[in-house]
Amino acid sequence: MSDAAAHADPLEELKKTNTGVEHKKMAMWAFLASDCMFFGTLISTHLIYRKIYPTVVDPTDIFSIELTGFSSFILLMSSFLMALTVSSAHKKNIKSMRWFLFGTIVFGLIFLGGQVYEFSHFVHHKELTLSSSVFGSTFYVLTGTHGVHVALGVLWLASWLIFSFTKKFNWVHSLDIETAGLYWHFVDIVWIVIFTAVYLVEYL
Amino acid sequence: MSTEQVTYGTWKRPLKKTGLVGFLTTVDHKKIGIAYAIGALFFLLVGGVEALIIRLQLMTPENNLISAQTYNQMFTMHGTTMVFLAVMPLSAAFFNFIMPLQVGARDVAFPRLNALGLWCFLAGGIIVNLSWFFQAAPDIGWFGYAPLTARQFDPDIGTDFWIIGLQILGIASLAGSFNFITTILNMRAPGLSMMRLPVFTWMTLVTSFLIILAFPPITIALAELMFDRHFGTHFFDVPGGGKPILWQHLFWIFGHPEVYILILPAMGIISEVLPVFSRKPLFGYPLVVFSGAVIGFLGFAVWSHHMFTTGLGIVATSAFAFLTMLISIPTGVKIFNWIGTLWGGQIRFTTPMLFALGFIWMFMLGGFTGIMHSSPPVDAQQQDSYFVIAHFHYVLIGGSIFALLCGIYFWFPKVTGKLMNDNVGKVFFYTIFIGFNLAFFPMHILGMSGMPRRTHTYKAEMGWNDANFWSTIGALILGLGIAAVVLQVIYSCFKGKPSGENPWDARTLEWETSSPPKEYNFGFTPVINARDQVWENKYGPDEKKMGKIAPGAHGIHMPDQSWWPLVVSIGLFIAGMGVIFHGQPMERLLPFLGQSDISLFHMLVPGLVVTLFGIYMWALEGPGGYHLHPDPEELVGAVEPEEGSGH
Repeated sequence: MSDAAAHADPLEELKKTNTGVEHKKMAMWAFLASDCMFFGTLISTHLIYRKIYPTVVDPTDIFSIELTGFSSFILLMSSFLMALTVSSAHKKNIKSMRWFLFGTIVFGLIFLGGQVYEFSHFVHHKELTLSSSVFGSTFYVLTGTHGVHVALGVLWLASWLIFSFTKKFNWVHSLDIETAGLYWHFVDIVWIVIFTAVYLVEYL
Repeated sequence: MSTEQVTYGTWKRPLKKTGLVGFLTTVDHKKIGIAYAIGALFFLLVGGVEALIIRLQLMTPENNLISAQTYNQMFTMHGTTMVFLAVMPLSAAFFNFIMPLQVGARDVAFPRLNALGLWCFLAGGIIVNLSWFFQAAPDIGWFGYAPLTARQFDPDIGTDFWIIGLQILGIASLAGSFNFITTILNMRAPGLSMMRLPVFTWMTLVTSFLIILAFPPITIALAELMFDRHFGTHFFDVPGGGKPILWQHLFWIFGHPEVYILILPAMGIISEVLPVFSRKPLFGYPLVVFSGAVIGFLGFAVWSHHMFTTGLGIVATSAFAFLTMLISIPTGVKIFNWIGTLWGGQIRFTTPMLFALGFIWMFMLGGFTGIMHSSPPVDAQQQDSYFVIAHFHYVLIGGSIFALLCGIYFWFPKVTGKLMNDNVGKVFFYTIFIGFNLAFFPMHILGMSGMPRRTHTYKAEMGWNDANFWSTIGALILGLGIAAVVLQVIYSCFKGKPSGENPWDARTLEWETSSPPKEYNFGFTPVINARDQVWENKYGPDEKKMGKIAPGAHGIHMPDQSWWPLVVSIGLFIAGMGVIFHGQPMERLLPFLGQSDISLFHMLVPGLVVTLFGIYMWALEGPGGYHLHPDPEELVGAVEPEEGSGH
């Protein structure tokens, strides 16, 4: 880099692509398009079997809609905190970025805790297991895949939180945090679809 | 800045460019492309040998060369190998090597991710083929229809090898595609607008989009099948309420776009080669590009034509028949444009040109039988007969393989800086052409006279003897031809005459750099002013000639090498083996660990730990990078960059 370029904003430098979108963000958008198809396949599988076997299992006997509704709300609020994280990263406010990041992680963990409780409750008290019925298979694999996405997101964000305390952290990394944010928002949006298609639809 | 390394690695990055370390840690898209090609050609020969064993078994009626069980394994492994380990990676080899050169980039957007794709391809290929060594090659057909894949019908681990092998190959394809999409959209040279992009690069882009949207359904279907086999779910398990038809839908939602993943790169290669040897621009460039995109789009809307005989109902069947017929329009548009390119051109019949012309003719024959299949009543007659075998070998060999061999002959001088002997190449082309038609044309007749697909043997009085005999002779000639091409490639790598930069008088940007290209591809940043830039540089008016921007005082930024892509793929390999052998007795894989059964903690968990460790180290070391200064001779006529314009 020449001297003039060295003084330019490195984040602006990264935007100098043909599309004006940074490489990492472009790849993340492509990944999210792909991830739509992953979840689309799982959700289709669930809905197809729901249509074939409408009466074998009554999910309203199993679900605790209040609990899942609460944890869904928490997950959506975590998206709000994630947006604030990205915003404070862009404003180079390290302190508020860390707090919002911490909040996002905590909310993600609350959601995961709700799912762990829900799974163990269903297995031990409602006798719904992977192999008890097709509903059990599709339910656990679909919501479990989403849970793995959330868990990986929490791990990713927690890694950034820890990294932000090291000397190696600098504001070029706000692009990475924004990219992680794209992933996090996507995982939340998918949950809105899953919550509707798997839970709410049973109460119609 | 050039001395400062922006890296956070916990230990030193590999710097050696040659030898084993240089190979295992490379991030150079050209070396990765060559490695893909070597792997793909190896697997092409493996799949070819499997095909020849199948043909030898069918050469005479009531033959008993191999058992029916081995025969099932042969056709399963032949299909899986050819689709996932030969044609796709050979296309990926061209994507890797040629595409960044055609867009005037120094490398792909994520060089280390590219290396991960390569290592996952090799890991997946090794896993699929390891099944032979455990006497457990899959025997379920390359599309693994349920419920044949259930534990109940397939208690051994063949299906597990197939599932896990395909999953890891899927990671390779997905990682590569995210990278190519970002590279093509973001890293084009100044002035290289989308409508100036070489058609091969366009088809790389369309294929990459097909891969990222088509691989998830098969990934999920394979995961569901894995859960069925290992954890007692009922996705495809009939006694538990599962519906095998769901597998067919999920497989073909992937499987039909996969057909276009195999053919669109081939069409891209043909669209590059025909203009060069006709000495004319591609006829109807925008139509060729758009019809490629339309084929990719429609490819997602026709999967059920593989399932006409399953009883989908009149509406669904009619809709899928209509959409299938619709695909012949963009395909026909392409063929007419290729013919239009030839029309009035100064045609040179070189080896790549012969393969390209052979492609048009043979692919059309395969296309015609494809149109026949799009009609449900006709399809009902031809389903699971040798007619179908003839059809898809015409599009996959006469189409994809012909085009890929065309690409090998065309780009070999660019990749190695050596020429392949054209006369020898022509002899091999005619060998392949004759062998291929002798092997597969009789299959149309066999299918029409009722010979079913995947039959181990047949009675002498069925009237299929002559066609089968000659088909086997043809297959042997074809195999000889392909092996000869591979030998010629190896021979020419060492003994070929020097080719110079542009031996074909070709048109696109990759021919502007040296052969083989330097590791930084271009010493300067090319400024594009025309679609066929290299042609215009030679013969065009001044305003269409290429501009050059020098790299500036800091030199050329190059990515650092890395161990971590290899480590991550090794982790995935270990984890995958852990799933395959889950529940198997220990002595089958790890006899030194005692007598118990292999649990998920023996290999899956350690494998995932290695993967995660590799990912963290990968992230912490950062992209790194160093600066190079090109030879001043390369920069003759280049202008200095404007201040502050970055790399």
